[in-house]
Amino acid sequence: MTIAQRAAATTTTWIDDRIGAGKWLKKNLRKVFPDHWSFMLGEIALYSFILLLLTGVYLTLFFNPSMKEVVYNGSYAPLNGIKMTQAYDSTLRISFDVRGGLLVRQIHHWAALLFVSSVSVHMLRVFFTGAFRKPRELNWVIGVGLMTLAILEGFAGYSLPDDLLSGTGLRIAQGIVLAIPLVGSYVSTFLFGGEFPGTDFIPRLYSIHILLIPGILLGMLTAHLLLVWYQKHTQFPGPGRTNKNVVGFPLFPVYVAKAGGFFFIVSGVIVLISALFTINPIWMYGPYTPDQVTAGSQPDWYIGWLDGAVRVMPNWEIVLWGHNLSLNILVPALIVPGIMFTLLGLYPWIEARATGDRREHHLLDRPRNAPTRTALGAMGLSFYLLIWISGGNDLIAQAFSWSINAITWTIRVLLIVLPPIVFVITRRACLGLQRKDRDKLLHGRETGIIQRLPSGAYQEVHAPLTDDAKAKILSARESYYEPIEAGPAVDANGVAAPKKGRLARRLSKFYFEQRVTPPTDEEIAEGQHHAADDLATVRPAGQITSGH
Amino acid sequence: MTQHPSNEIAAHDQHGAHGAHGEDSLPEIPHVLRQTDIDPRAARRAERQVATMFGLSAVSTILFVVAFVAVKKDSVINLPVIGPIGGQNLALGMASGLALFLIGAGAIQWARKLMSDEEIVDERKSFSSDDETRDAVVEKFRQGTDESGFTKRPIIRRTLLAAMALVPIPAIVLLRDLGPLPEKKFRTTTWAKGKRIVADVSYKPIRPEDIPIGGLVAGALPADIREVEELQGNLNERAKATIILVRMDPSEIRGQQIPGGDVDGIIAFSKICTHLGCPIALYQQRTKHLLCPCHQSTFDLADKGDVIFGPAARRLPQLPIGVDNEGYLVATGDFQEPVGPSFWERG
Repeated sequence: MTIAQRAAATTTTWIDDRIGAGKWLKKNLRKVFPDHWSFMLGEIALYSFILLLLTGVYLTLFFNPSMKEVVYNGSYAPLNGIKMTQAYDSTLRISFDVRGGLLVRQIHHWAALLFVSSVSVHMLRVFFTGAFRKPRELNWVIGVGLMTLAILEGFAGYSLPDDLLSGTGLRIAQGIVLAIPLVGSYVSTFLFGGEFPGTDFIPRLYSIHILLIPGILLGMLTAHLLLVWYQKHTQFPGPGRTNKNVVGFPLFPVYVAKAGGFFFIVSGVIVLISALFTINPIWMYGPYTPDQVTAGSQPDWYIGWLDGAVRVMPNWEIVLWGHNLSLNILVPALIVPGIMFTLLGLYPWIEARATGDRREHHLLDRPRNAPTRTALGAMGLSFYLLIWISGGNDLIAQAFSWSINAITWTIRVLLIVLPPIVFVITRRACLGLQRKDRDKLLHGRETGIIQRLPSGAYQEVHAPLTDDAKAKILSARESYYEPIEAGPAVDANGVAAPKKGRLARRLSKFYFEQRVTPPTDEEIAEGQHHAADDLATVRPAGQITSGH
Repeated sequence: MTQHPSNEIAAHDQHGAHGAHGEDSLPEIPHVLRQTDIDPRAARRAERQVATMFGLSAVSTILFVVAFVAVKKDSVINLPVIGPIGGQNLALGMASGLALFLIGAGAIQWARKLMSDEEIVDERKSFSSDDETRDAVVEKFRQGTDESGFTKRPIIRRTLLAAMALVPIPAIVLLRDLGPLPEKKFRTTTWAKGKRIVADVSYKPIRPEDIPIGGLVAGALPADIREVEELQGNLNERAKATIILVRMDPSEIRGQQIPGGDVDGIIAFSKICTHLGCPIALYQQRTKHLLCPCHQSTFDLADKGDVIFGPAARRLPQLPIGVDNEGYLVATGDFQEPVGPSFWERG
């Protein structure tokens, strides 16, 4: 035994004697993790979160979350002698007087942007591949919660420095709170300790940003990862990959090296970006004052969709019996996001109603094989992107010298017209791709070789598919459903069938009425037979098939 | 899923791991040998690459410490494309970024080139317990319920549920003292009859002749705003009282909220958007339109401050103004309606 092996043995024995870790390690040291680039999206989120915790703790050592006014006197000359809150003053000090302070601030901000981005794209991956299906519905709901909190946490974070941009964001948030029916003005004066801006809000937001939300995030993240570990990761279809196994690399050493290494790569890239590209230069905005604003103010990208929804909403307000119902604010800022996140959270159950299927799913869908889901996702995404673009309507108007009114009206119309069109096109595209897959499986792939038949006709020679391609296409069988059929209206004893299940049947019809049937084994065998005949007449079959 | 047909062509190299655990028709998991598996020189080359990256990472970490001491905080470096950038931020960031990145790159290269890349197979088990276990759980639960008497003693159950439903109330009540009640706070501002209007930043009073026709004072406040702020210790009054002044030819004014509320064509409007409270100052002199930079609500200052576009539902409140006996602009009263965003009790 080498010294290293002996040391490892001694350590594991010590631990095993105390908590019996041996059994667990024996089972898990070689735990299998499937490999695919898209599985790294969640990892990016995790690693940027770790970076956020580390840099965030550092920033708390220097940041002073107080709204007490002081006069700035520091290294940034243009602001010398100007009155500002201690929050802004200490952020300036972090940026200009603490060595490496600006770097850590920028790492924190870039990591936050990457965190919300990777969480969002990770969620899209999970959605479009059907990874949320049984038994992973709970983890999907935890994920939706994580994303909501990530957005809130980001907003809370960039509101803390009390610069002109962040204060403007808070002013808008306060306006939204005021619009809440019945209790709005009370909630507002309670939150802000009186009127806006007051002197209480930043210290309050600070404890929410550094303690409350990160604590919940950390707890939910742990649950999220434990469930992934316990339920084992899903995998994409491929040769030898089934719904009953998991194929990939062992935790030790490959995954430790790959995932551990990836942590350093993600961190390294974020630090390098922070070294090169300035983010949130708060010194350029100046301190917050409620009577100033800069034109072209933009929130961080993940708030853009909310801001855009608020911009595009018509100015409807109902005033009845001395009370105001501000639909122009409530609909885009609270109702639409509420509906969006609720639908997102419930989606696994909606789809399960349509499939009527209680199986466990560990093999991922190719998006084309779930045409209605993919189309619904694309439709939702088009809606999101439109309101996100609307959040930059002023910048678009300026860049292209277009009328802001025309842009706003165009987006209003598109929001109603475009998502259904996207739905139809995406579903047709998926069905088309499935048909093409079916053809490939039955007739082989096109070789580009044209053959002349004894009759004088010309035809293209088809070659059989590779194992990999075949396994991928055949996975359509796992994703194939037919609409749930209603039983007979009246059963053998003359009792009318219950009306229950009608909704499920309608949903099922909506999902699966348009479908492509994956080929059966007999059809494939016959198809291959033809393909082999084609090849035999041109050249020995081995020459084509060896190059797969 | 066992319908994968076995395939004659699947003659992969001999090292492919076997995926068939009890399912005979499964094709093998493909595996292709890497250069480093066959050629010891390639393996040694990969080894050298990995070690170089780890070594360079260590060097970068030392460079970070050197940069922390050596690079001055006010140094500026001009980079191509990116432009001028703080030298300290750049040096510290590049050094620590590379130190981190190179560990990662080295580890990944190690895993990809030198560690075994044969995929292995694990079986999945169904998560559900068997029926026997489930029955046992139901039975144990029933036994526990019986022993507690939870179902047999409804009075205990009901009082417990009622107590549990009420017990969070203190947590909500405790939040009460976070702030005062709204009362009339959203309805009034510090403007009052005779209060002089001063320009923002300079805090100098304004005479009508200081504003040319077509002119705009983008921010004006009550003359005593700084004393009020000193007294209250916050910017709350500024957030409500800020106004803009515009002057147009009296014949261009098509309507006013306060009849005759102008002084020779000078009209004062609240600067706070009635949509979500952003200060507004994007004024188009020709059309007399005022555009909010936050959500693009547009108000027509020549016509009662009415909304002509965007998500705001209410006009900008007009401040009644006049001239005092020294010839300076003053307010002749407070706004006649609440400034800023709507709220439930506004009416």
